[in-house]
Amino acid sequence: MRPQIMEEVEGLRGINSVKIKEAHEAGKKVVGMYCVFSPSEIALAADAISVTLCGTAQGPIEDAEKELPRNLCPLIKSSYGFAITDKCPYFYFSDVLLAETTCDGKKKMYELMGKIKPMHIMNLPQTANDEDSLESWKKEMVKFKNFLEEKLEVEITDENLRDAIKLMNRERNAMKKLHKLNAHKPAPLSGMDMMLAQWLKGFNVDKEAGIDLIERLIAEVEERMAKGIYAFDETAPRILLTGCPIGSGSEKVLKALEEAGASVVALENCTGYKGLDVLVDEDENKDLMLALAEKYLSTPCSCMTNNNSRLDLIGRLAKEYDVDGVVDLTWQACHTYNIESFTVKKFVQEELDLPFIQIETDYSDSDTGQVKVRVEAFLETLERPATAK
Amino acid sequence: MHYIGIDIGSTAAKVSVFEDDNLIENFTMPTGWSSIETSKVIKERLEEKNIVIDESKVIATGYGRISVPYANKTITEITCHGKGTYYLLGKDSTVIDIGGQDTKIITLDKGRVTNFTMNDKCAAGTGRFLELMANTLGVSIDELSNMALSGEDINITSMCTVFAESEVISLIGSGTKRESIARGIINSITGRVYAMLHKHGTSDTIFLTGGLCEVEPFIKLLSEKLQIQVKTDSLARYAGSIGAALLTKEL
Ligand code: SF4
Ligand code: SF4
Repeated sequence: MRPQIMEEVEGLRGINSVKIKEAHEAGKKVVGMYCVFSPSEIALAADAISVTLCGTAQGPIEDAEKELPRNLCPLIKSSYGFAITDKCPYFYFSDVLLAETTCDGKKKMYELMGKIKPMHIMNLPQTANDEDSLESWKKEMVKFKNFLEEKLEVEITDENLRDAIKLMNRERNAMKKLHKLNAHKPAPLSGMDMMLAQWLKGFNVDKEAGIDLIERLIAEVEERMAKGIYAFDETAPRILLTGCPIGSGSEKVLKALEEAGASVVALENCTGYKGLDVLVDEDENKDLMLALAEKYLSTPCSCMTNNNSRLDLIGRLAKEYDVDGVVDLTWQACHTYNIESFTVKKFVQEELDLPFIQIETDYSDSDTGQVKVRVEAFLETLERPATAK
Repeated sequence: MHYIGIDIGSTAAKVSVFEDDNLIENFTMPTGWSSIETSKVIKERLEEKNIVIDESKVIATGYGRISVPYANKTITEITCHGKGTYYLLGKDSTVIDIGGQDTKIITLDKGRVTNFTMNDKCAAGTGRFLELMANTLGVSIDELSNMALSGEDINITSMCTVFAESEVISLIGSGTKRESIARGIINSITGRVYAMLHKHGTSDTIFLTGGLCEVEPFIKLLSEKLQIQVKTDSLARYAGSIGAALLTKEL
C-alpha cells in the first residue's frame, strides 16, 4: 500500500506538461536542462521556468539511432530521440537549452542537439579538487548568466538570485527530508515511489506547489509510520542503489530488486540523493556566483577525475541507511560509470565490508531474464532467507 | 525422504536426487523447446524410479526454474552451483561455470556464495559461442577441443559471436589449419574467462562446473591460460542440481 499522495505526485507529469504549455503561451520563458550540474537558480532568477529534460524512456531511441551510434549510452540516445521527435512537451516548449561538457557522449550529442534549439554550453572542469577548477566554473556561471540575460532580455539581479537560491535550497531540503525517511527500519516508502517523487520534481513548473506537495507527502508518510505502516517488512534486505541516473522508463533494475523482495532504501544516483546532499551557501556576504560554483562543482559525478567524493557519499549513506548491500547500475556504453565501478566495488567490499554487485544493462527488455537472475542471486548472497518463488 | 534438485538450463536439464544423505541419482536430458514439457518428463522419469514427487522436497533452478510446477521453491543457479561445488569439492574455491547462455564466476566462503560475476548479455565467452563455432567447423565440442591441443596459438579477435563466425569462415577460406582455428576459438573463451576471473578476484582453488567439465582438452587449455590446475569432478555438470537438492533440506 502506497501513500495516497503518491497518486498526486504521479499525476504531476501530465499536469505540468499542460502548465508548461500555458506558461509558454503566456510569454514565460523555459530553460531546458539535462544534468545535476545545471544551476537552475540562474534560470529561475531570470524569471524563467527551469525543467529537467528527460532521457529515461526506450521509446525515442529507435529514432535517435538514425543519427547516433547504436553503441551509445541509452540516456544520451533517449535524450536526443526526444529532441528530434517532438515527443517531449518539455523539450518542445523550451526556449533555450543548457548543456554541460560532462561525458564524451553527451558532449558530442549536444553539438547535434544545439542545431535544433539555441543552446548554451557550460565548460565543466575535469576535476573538482583544484583551485583553478572552482575559478573557471565560477566564470562559467557568469557566462551562463550573461547568456540568459541577453537571450531572454532580462536583468538577473542579486536579489532575484538570492531568492532563487533560497527557493532551490528549500526544495532540496524537502527532498532530502523525504529521502531520509527511508533511513528508518523498515522503510516507509518503496524505492520506486522515492525515485518517482524525486525524478518528477524536475518537471515542476511551479516550484512552490512542488515543495508543498512533497511536504504533504512527508506528513502522510510520517502519519503512516506512526501507525506502523511501512512499504516493506523488517526482513527485506536493504539496498543502496548507485550508478547512472534512472527515471520513469528506465527503472528496470530498481523494479527487479523490489520485485525480488528487496527494499531499495537509498538512491545515491543523480535522480536521487546526489544533487541534494550539498546546499548552496546562503551567506549574505558571499559572492553569489562563487556560492553556486561551489555547490555544483561538488557533485560527485563519474565524469570528474578523481571522484572520491562519490565514495565518501556512498559510505555515508550506507551507514545512515544501514544497508545490507550495494547495487551499482551502469548503462551500457557509459564508460565513466563503468570503469569507476571497479573502484566502487573495491571500496564497498573492502572498506564498507558490504556485498556489492554491478549490473550493466540498457533500457530495453531484451535481458530481463538475466537481470532477474543477477538480482535474485545477489539477494540470496545477503544473509537473509533466500527469496521464495 | 527424497530431496530433489532440478536445474533447467538453456540447453540441458539436470536432475539430482538425495535419499537422506546419499546422492542416489543424477540424470540429464535436453531442455528442448519447452521447459514445462521437460519438467513433466522429469517427473515421469523420477516416478519410474519410485521417487514420488509429492513425498519429496523439490527445488528448481536455472533459466527454466519457473516452469517446474511441482517445485517447492526456486533458487537461482548461482546459489545452487555454489552449494553443489562445496559438496563435490569439500572446500571453498572460486567456481567457473561456463553455461549455455552465460559464464559465471562464483566465490565461495565457508560454502556460501559471497560474490559472483556474470557476463553481460553478449554470448562471447559462453558455451553457446563454443557450440556455434564447433558447428561452423562441422565438429563436436569434444573434437574441437582435441584439435585445439595441436593447433598454433592464434587469436580470434571478434568479440561478437556473429562476427567471430565470419572470421572463422574467412580463416577456413584462407587455408589456416583447422587445428589452429580450433585453438583460436578456445583461446577466445579462455581469454574471456581469464579476464573475468581476475577482475572478479580469484583464489588458489579453481573449480569448473557445467557441461565443459567433461571435456579434458578444454580443461587442459583453460588451466594453461589461467596458469593454475583447474579442478573439476565427474559430477561437476550436476553441481547446480546437486546444490538445489541439498538446499531442499533447509526448507
Ligand atoms: S551522471 Fe553526471 S553527467 Fe550524468 S546527469 Fe548526473 S551529474 Fe550529469
Ligand atoms: S550515463 Fe554515463 S554515458 Fe550516459 S550520459 Fe551519464 S555519464 Fe554519460
